[in-house]
Amino acid sequence: MLDWRWDFTWEILPRLLAATGNTLIAAGLGYAIAVVLGLMLALAQRTPFRPLTIAVRETVEFIRSTPLVLQIFFVFYVGPQFGIRLSPWTAGMIAIGLHYAAYLSEVYRGGLESVPKGQWEAARSLNLSTARTYFRVILPQALPPSLAGMGNYLVGIFKDTPMLSVIGVAELMHTANAIGSETYRFLEPFTLVGLIFLLISLPTAALIRVFEAWTRRKLGLS
Amino acid sequence: MSYLEFLSQYGDRIASGTLITIALTALAALLAMAIALAAGLMRMARNVAVRGVATVYIEIFRGTSLLVQLYWIFFVLPLFGITLEKFTAGFVAVGMNLGAYGAELVRGAVQSVPRGQWEAALALNMSPAKRMRRVILPQAVLIMLPSWGNLLIELLKGTALVALISVTDLMFQVKQINGTTFMSAEAFGTALVIYYVLARFMITPFMRWLERFMMRKMGRA
Repeated sequence: MLDWRWDFTWEILPRLLAATGNTLIAAGLGYAIAVVLGLMLALAQRTPFRPLTIAVRETVEFIRSTPLVLQIFFVFYVGPQFGIRLSPWTAGMIAIGLHYAAYLSEVYRGGLESVPKGQWEAARSLNLSTARTYFRVILPQALPPSLAGMGNYLVGIFKDTPMLSVIGVAELMHTANAIGSETYRFLEPFTLVGLIFLLISLPTAALIRVFEAWTRRKLGLS
Repeated sequence: MSYLEFLSQYGDRIASGTLITIALTALAALLAMAIALAAGLMRMARNVAVRGVATVYIEIFRGTSLLVQLYWIFFVLPLFGITLEKFTAGFVAVGMNLGAYGAELVRGAVQSVPRGQWEAALALNMSPAKRMRRVILPQAVLIMLPSWGNLLIELLKGTALVALISVTDLMFQVKQINGTTFMSAEAFGTALVIYYVLARFMITPFMRWLERFMMRKMGRA
């Protein structure tokens, strides 16, 4: 029946931990792209130019309702068909960054909509430019309500990085798979991967809750 | 090969993959709802052990990736003597994962049913089970239905991962077609559109209809 081999566990652990580094880098890079791109997608939906607003809105809906693995495959394989070769890392970061940008844009949108109209009118009456209004008045107020959602998606992107293994990004799942097919032992690598994910995502989620409460207190919101 | 030729040649396989995806989604959704209800209610139990089991379940399935869970169920569970056929393993993994997310929706919804409703049911001398079934749950369902719409779309997207354990769903079929034809834009593009149509023009309208139906049933329309 079940035979957990500790010697094998210690043997593969360094390899898995090294791959964990890659997973964290992938999650961090993807999240950085998503945070910036998501804000652009959210702001683009607030321009007075209707066709742009509608196009961005539909694109966000499309990205949000289709599977991330499929998008990863799409970005990775469609490029070469038109002469653009992307490395697994580049394709993976584009796909995961874009996917989460669509999610984050919804979070920002909620935050932006929660800023009272009076703030806009006050900025207008002070003769602030639109850019200045956004950066100095609107965004600082829109971000705190967005923090909870942003934190959830940080954990979310971390948990979705295993999908990058399908195009050969050497992250945690890819390494566990490789170990499994080399040694025909799946119990230890896959269980360890699960444990590593738990050990990172649970404390992160807890930290995010603390951070969120802290910012709310700092800004005098609760 | 033009796109029309592509469709006439591979349309059958894409259609059969789509049907498998729909079947997987339906089965996983049923499983997820059952688990969500059970784990969500257990999470609020007075008994520490019952609450603990539900909490551990929810934290494990929400704290790790669906892909990890899928591989674990498919490759590791057989070592414990439980061998699931790949189709079963696929929808069980998706259902268990989304069930953990659903459990939190159930808990949130049940807890947001106004206190007066609980007190009224108590005053009418209803047993706890009857109170839950006849008074609290129907109102909780109404509260959580909109969130379930989003969750079901996540579930549909989650089923794409079962292609990685060779369940012949839509994702698997277009991956195979891509492997033989190298028509990546056509193959993956078609699949993207099909998933989008399933999510936006089937799941979303169905949930809207269900919301209206429930509202009418509860006399709130």
